[in-house]
Amino acid sequence: MAKKLMKGCEAIAEAAIQAGCRYFFGYPITPQNDIPEYMSLRLPQVGGCFLQAESELAAINMVYGAGGAGARVMTSSSSPGISLKQEGISTCAAAEIPCVVVNMMRGGPGLGNIQASQGDYFQAVKGGGHGDYHLIVYAPSSIQEACDMMQKAFDVADQYRTPVMILADGLIGQMMEPVELKTNPDLVLPEKPWAATGYTPGGKKPRSVLNSLYIETEDLDQLLERLFARYAVIEANEQMWETYNTEGAEYILCAYGTVARVCKAAIRILGEQGVKAGLVRPISLWPFPSKAVHDAIVQDSVKEALTVEVSSGQMVEDIRLAVNGERPVQFMGKAGSYIPTAEEIAERILQMRRG
Amino acid sequence: MTVVFKKTPVLRDVPLHYCPGCGHGIVHRMVSEVIEELGIQDKCAGVAPVGCAVFAYNYFDVDMYEAAHGRAPAVATGFKRVHPDHYIFTYQGDGDLASIGTAEIVHAAHRGEKITTIFINNAIYGMTGGQMAPTTLVGQKTTTSPLGRDKDHCGEPIRMAEMLATISGSAFIARCALNSTPNLIKTKAAIKKAFETQIARKGFSMVEILSPCPTNWGKSPAEAMDWIADAMIPYYPLGTFKEV
Ligand SMILES: Cc1ncc(C[n+]2csc(CCOP(=O)(O)OP(=O)(O)O)c2C)c(N)n1
Ligand code: SF4
Ligand SMILES: [Mg+2]
Repeated sequence: MAKKLMKGCEAIAEAAIQAGCRYFFGYPITPQNDIPEYMSLRLPQVGGCFLQAESELAAINMVYGAGGAGARVMTSSSSPGISLKQEGISTCAAAEIPCVVVNMMRGGPGLGNIQASQGDYFQAVKGGGHGDYHLIVYAPSSIQEACDMMQKAFDVADQYRTPVMILADGLIGQMMEPVELKTNPDLVLPEKPWAATGYTPGGKKPRSVLNSLYIETEDLDQLLERLFARYAVIEANEQMWETYNTEGAEYILCAYGTVARVCKAAIRILGEQGVKAGLVRPISLWPFPSKAVHDAIVQDSVKEALTVEVSSGQMVEDIRLAVNGERPVQFMGKAGSYIPTAEEIAERILQMRRG
Repeated sequence: MTVVFKKTPVLRDVPLHYCPGCGHGIVHRMVSEVIEELGIQDKCAGVAPVGCAVFAYNYFDVDMYEAAHGRAPAVATGFKRVHPDHYIFTYQGDGDLASIGTAEIVHAAHRGEKITTIFINNAIYGMTGGQMAPTTLVGQKTTTSPLGRDKDHCGEPIRMAEMLATISGSAFIARCALNSTPNLIKTKAAIKKAFETQIARKGFSMVEILSPCPTNWGKSPAEAMDWIADAMIPYYPLGTFKEV
């Protein structure tokens, strides 16, 4: 299929439809409104349903209802709205409801601003809602990657019966890039015998009980053991990352999302000045690709690493854990929505080099 | 021998956890009988609330969800949009529906969501130990209104049936009570009507049911039934507020 110039939000929405998503529940918030707007027109054309909910709380609970009913379902929002969704995200994690949640991050805390940000890393990766659970979290750095990720996101959500979050900075949603949208006419969706689709006593399908309440200690223990056994499989099989120019590099940049692209430009600037730098970019933020990060940074040639984020330093904690003190890991970034330029990143590496 | 009373197959064979004299069990039985009589068991799902009826997913022999506090109408909406030919009911208390879940219930009605809501008004938070609900009567003592509800401090009890009847998307709204045989008969008839409204795709339907909580009212089961007649019904008039 030919490439088409598309806005990130719209491309993501169309990619979700191609991945089999037929239900969308959401509430308007900048900078992700183009997703619900696109869905409101497109979903009815493919026999699906778009519904504008009264709040993000309601939207995620509608997702619970639709996901529990066996559908491929999605919601999207931006940071303040994602905070409101946490109750339902925690519920869906416990009730083992497959669904996809897109967060087009904007600056926070509070209402913050409406520019791109990466301030919700902790919320997405370390919990967000209450209780012991994980989300699978993917961070695209281009619109094409975001589109390809949608199919993967819906597939792993079903495979592991878990909510999946696409954690994108607002830039991904707002910019336009040429994309190739893969159509998938032969898409076969997995059977969901656990879903609420109607129950006949004595029939083949067991009665569905979609639930996050396990009042007996042993029962909750059992749920958590089941979830964490599944998380272990996810950690073993679902890590995604990209390395760029890392072999024999003197400095390793670490970044995710759009910022990683700025890092690549910085690497080119540094190369012109005879400084070899590389990049390691986690694509799955959970499961975090710790070994890949470690191996990229802990090589004989590498002196130091620098993590660059549009936050006051969140992913850097996981980078440092992965490196475990074997190399110094510095941080560059600012909260709000300040995106460093390639020149600034290159300059910071040169400074580190001067010592 | 003629059978005059038997177990409805839509209620599962498990012990109910409700207190003696509680209204929840009575309403469970009525909802189950209606599902049986309408022949919709295999196409029906339910949503249990957070409240004393939290374990309702163990009791009704249909596909069941357990929703977070107040969110049952949103969960039911998600189900109904995926399976428009199936039926779904939410079962909610007054803290669940009239306090934390007001947005969800108002907007389910406002969208004309084709779901049925069974609303148990017992004028109290039963499960958490008898705190004040939005429906608690003025002067009624609860664990968080120990001197009696003071309307200047926290307003007068909210009348949900009347309020939801003003919304164009609602198609059947009634208030019933469990305190006497005639009222029990009317309650069951209203529940049936509410499900029929859903089956006919007319819009949102809700039956508010004045229901005893002897435990947290500090009354015997018989006194609790009297209190419904003497204190609740005068403030919460029974009847059908909307029928299209
Ligand atoms: C988000 C949230 N807030 C508070 C609670 C605690 N809680 C459990 S039941 C309940 C009150 C339920 O009262 P009501 O809806 O009137 O039901 P009843 O027990 O009277 O039938 C509350 C506040 C909770 N589980 N979740
Ligand atoms: S506390 Fe009240 S509402 Fe709850 S089960 Fe007991 S009597 Fe029923
Ligand atoms: Mg109550």
